[in-house]
Amino acid sequence: MNVAVDFKNVDIVFGPDTADALAMVDRGATRAEILEQTGNVLGCAGANLTIHEGEISVLMGLSGSGKSTLLRAVNRLNIVSRGQVLVKDGEKMVNVVSCDAATLRRLRQNQVAMVFQQFGLLPWRTVEENVGLGLELAGVPDAERKARVDKQLKLVNLDPWAKKYAHELSGGMQQRVGLARAFATEAPILLMDEPFSALDPLIRTKLQDELLQLQKTLKKTIIFVSHDLEEALKIGSHITIMEGGRIVQTGAPEDIVLRPANDYVRDFIANVNPLSVLTAWNVMRDRRDLESAGRGWTWLDRRKTTRFKVDKDGLVAAAERDGKPVEWVSCTDVEQHPEDGTQVYWANPGTPLKTVMLAMHRSQTAPVALFDEQSRFVGAIGVRDVLSAVLRR
Amino acid sequence: MDPVSKFLAAWKIPIGAWGKAFFTFLTDHFNAVFRGFSNGLNFLLDGLVDALLLLPPVLVVALIALLAWYLQRSRALAIGVFIGLLFIINQGLWKQTVETLVLVVAATIASMAIGVPLGIWAAHKPKVYRVMLPVLDLMQTLPTFVYLIPVLTLFGLGNAPGLIVTIIFVIPTAVRLTHLGVTSVPKAIIEAGEAFGATKSQLLWKVELPAALPTIMAGLTQCIMLSLSMVVFAALIGAGGLGTEINRALGSRRIDLGLEAGLAIVVLAIVLDRMTRIGVGDKK
Ligand SMILES: Nc1ncnc2c1ncn2[C@@H]1O[C@H](COP(=O)(O)OP(=O)(O)OP(=O)(O)O)[C@@H](O)[C@H]1O
Ligand SMILES: [Mg+2]
Repeated sequence: MNVAVDFKNVDIVFGPDTADALAMVDRGATRAEILEQTGNVLGCAGANLTIHEGEISVLMGLSGSGKSTLLRAVNRLNIVSRGQVLVKDGEKMVNVVSCDAATLRRLRQNQVAMVFQQFGLLPWRTVEENVGLGLELAGVPDAERKARVDKQLKLVNLDPWAKKYAHELSGGMQQRVGLARAFATEAPILLMDEPFSALDPLIRTKLQDELLQLQKTLKKTIIFVSHDLEEALKIGSHITIMEGGRIVQTGAPEDIVLRPANDYVRDFIANVNPLSVLTAWNVMRDRRDLESAGRGWTWLDRRKTTRFKVDKDGLVAAAERDGKPVEWVSCTDVEQHPEDGTQVYWANPGTPLKTVMLAMHRSQTAPVALFDEQSRFVGAIGVRDVLSAVLRR
Repeated sequence: MDPVSKFLAAWKIPIGAWGKAFFTFLTDHFNAVFRGFSNGLNFLLDGLVDALLLLPPVLVVALIALLAWYLQRSRALAIGVFIGLLFIINQGLWKQTVETLVLVVAATIASMAIGVPLGIWAAHKPKVYRVMLPVLDLMQTLPTFVYLIPVLTLFGLGNAPGLIVTIIFVIPTAVRLTHLGVTSVPKAIIEAGEAFGATKSQLLWKVELPAALPTIMAGLTQCIMLSLSMVVFAALIGAGGLGTEINRALGSRRIDLGLEAGLAIVVLAIVLDRMTRIGVGDKK
């Protein structure tokens, strides 16, 4: 996969004289120490983060942790004190930190678009004039601009509102204008700084869904700042957690939930329902870690109630539960089978943990097997695996 | 007198003498330049006044009422303007009003043309503003009579020096309100412009100025009002118009004349204020 944005050792210090502050950053000083001794505010320090094309990468952290600061380095709304921010520009990567003004402008017009928390719409312009802002600044001819604006307005269902002014629209609609304005430039990279935080919860959920829906076809690279973990887990393909200007953990949502790097992250995820992010893959025990039952048989669980006989291709040849032969069936249609424990369920790595648990429940706590795409046996999940994942023990 | 005061008085700093020397130097060496400028300006202003006076007054009044309607889309305002100006004709002060109007409009246009760019510059460069601020304060607080004298010696009598003192008095307001308007554009919309790749001049024309427009327009209205308030002073150095009437009324203690000319100024002020103010008519 291609890299779209690459942060390399990025330090951002706000203040007139950053040299002393940077020296303190090198010694690992905290933001408070730097502020006290140099009077400069540490925005972010030593940030390394690679974002691939098509990802939705969420930056998370408490207020003041440096999320916006890092995000705004991508289009140089913040000046980077040290390090590189590489942004994909056609076939090459451009270092935004050091590129000239013309290149920066071109990147801002064609490669990187932005959506703001407070919408940032121009109140004296109509909706369509707002959406066309980026194209107008880039000097796109009137006819083409109009066509592209119309297309975007339809995409976000705002075409009947084209001639209205921003203040005549609800917050949710205004942010859709903000989205349309960003989409209109057709920039492949989208920066979104808490775009939905100013909206009420229902509208927020709706816009999240719309964004995910649009992303399926548009396949943008999105860097999304949020302080709402539910939102991050819902839309993020990767999550980066920041604390005091430093990145403390970055990974897939379930990595964060299953393996929090420190207490700060643990506090963050304390109230997350793990069932909303975990899949069978996250909790299974690998086939090689399962106990052999001799003569090609393998125990699926520690209690030794259920075992499979696996052939040399990795396919299941026979199954036994409590010494009696049983069928093995997919847990996607668990509802259609009796609850009498006469079958063993299997799941795919991507099956939600919820479904796996339902299968366990319906089969009197039998373990659930995991098959890959080719129906090869790859691992199993026992009750204890589920419990420890849910309780994060 | 106590010794300290005596000592201080004995060593008076000759500021007045220096100033006088400076202006004498200017008049001695650049007299032709100042007088040439002054004559040209007088010619222009007088020509404009004469041209307007050639037309039938009622026609001019009707045109102004039409302009009022065009600017504010308010029929009530247009009618008000029409009646107000007819009242001035009725009082026999039409000629003086036209002279004042030309002076006020010219002063306002000149002040805005100089003040708005200065205000923008100051808004973008805080250091420039810090230097500009005391000068603006000086221009606004120095008693008008004090700079009437040097302007008189440099430019002579007439409409041109009247225009110049008015401009000196009015420019600070144009600068201040433009500065205020541009510096109070919300950061969020400036960043929106930047994030979508605006150049410096695009940012100015497409974001900052439209956002600052209401404040700048308030500045325009203020400039007009301040220009009007200078009319009486300008008349002291030979500018024509309603101010002349008032000074004459003062000199000969004619209450009736003073009242008539005073009312005409008030009418003119109200008309100009309503015509240029944002949000008078049905428009938002
Ligand atoms: N332009 C600036 N000048 C000085 N300090 C700044 C500037 N922008 C941000 N900071 C400081 O940098 C730190 C990080 O700010 P940042 O806006 O990145 O936080 P954040 O994680 O986005 O927080 P929030 O959730 O409140 O938006 C804060 O201490 C902030 O005060
Ligand atoms: Mg922020």
